[in-house]
Amino acid sequence: MSATILSAVLTVSQICLVAALVLAVMRALRGPRAQDRVLGLDTMYVCAMLLLIVTGMQHGTVYQFEAALVMGVLGFVATTAMAKFLMRGEVIE
Amino acid sequence: MMLLPHPLVTVILTLLWMVLTGFTLGQLVLGVLAGILGGLAYRRITPQRIIVRRPGAIARLFGRVAGDIVRSNYDVARLILAGGRHRRRRAGFVRIPLDMTSPNGLAVLAVIITATPGTAWIEYEPRNGQLLLHVFDLIEGDDWVRTIKSRYESLLMEIFE
Amino acid sequence: MSHLAQIPPVIALLIAGFVALGTILTLLGAIGLVRLPSFYERLHAPTLGTSWGAAGILIGSMLMFSTLGSRLVIHEVFLGLLIMLTTPVTMMVLGRAALHRDRAEGHPPPGTEGPGQPLK
Repeated sequence: MSATILSAVLTVSQICLVAALVLAVMRALRGPRAQDRVLGLDTMYVCAMLLLIVTGMQHGTVYQFEAALVMGVLGFVATTAMAKFLMRGEVIE
Repeated sequence: MMLLPHPLVTVILTLLWMVLTGFTLGQLVLGVLAGILGGLAYRRITPQRIIVRRPGAIARLFGRVAGDIVRSNYDVARLILAGGRHRRRRAGFVRIPLDMTSPNGLAVLAVIITATPGTAWIEYEPRNGQLLLHVFDLIEGDDWVRTIKSRYESLLMEIFE
Repeated sequence: MSHLAQIPPVIALLIAGFVALGTILTLLGAIGLVRLPSFYERLHAPTLGTSWGAAGILIGSMLMFSTLGSRLVIHEVFLGLLIMLTTPVTMMVLGRAALHRDRAEGHPPPGTEGPGQPLK
């Protein structure tokens, strides 16, 4: 019984996270300005990372964790680089 | 001591290495090596040593921040849901004069303020110590200056200065 | 399905609660990102997903895998720390970049003109 509920919650959670991801992509596509797009991309990274964790929970495997860790680091570096580019017009000075 | 300019960084890196690879003696040696190298590299970035003082104050700060984050999560979620119906919420910028000058303390304050939904750290002017905040809901009046200073800044100054 | 059945009922419901909380907050953050009118307000929305949204899901995962005993729970602690420390940096840099761009175009948002001078 409880396993069924947990499984259902995990499935619904995956659907909701995909919806959040789509909303973030919508913001990234719609803009209107560059900083809105970067913010949308950053939210997308976070949603994808959480989606990986929930998927890992559903399948009972731990291998998604390293992938989530890498995704977190990549998202941080990418967003910071883009924001820095918006501010100065160059990434490394 | 020269080998370990930032003991905290070294310990955390070693621990992370062990977690990601699994515990064997060989990996422990490699992990300690990576930790020491990371600590040495970190010294190139920041000259100031991070010293952990007053664990009591740190624990108090942690509890306070955790509680505030829960509360403001609830507030902001409610405001987003109600956003379309009544538009009494007013967002805006607030200027806060800070007395703290320690870079580490300011960094922790920035993390706290930005991690809390509803407040965002926009800009800090080191010449006059003025901080520019963006606040999601200004409706509770203008006591933001007092809130930030008494809730966080005093404790942080106790820890870092 | 087999690994889910091994979890005691109370803990399974607890995990479900935490995951649901985290998911709802993340989704609300994304909805706010689309619906809020100005950029500086939108800057607040994703922090919902990265503070308690991520924490709820990570606590759920921590409970599940420590009950199943497949590995230490410290993985989640590191991931949580990573999110907790990197998101503020991102938001801060992004906020500064937006303000800088607004100032460079000659119409800073109200309340930011004051003594603060453009970035060096």
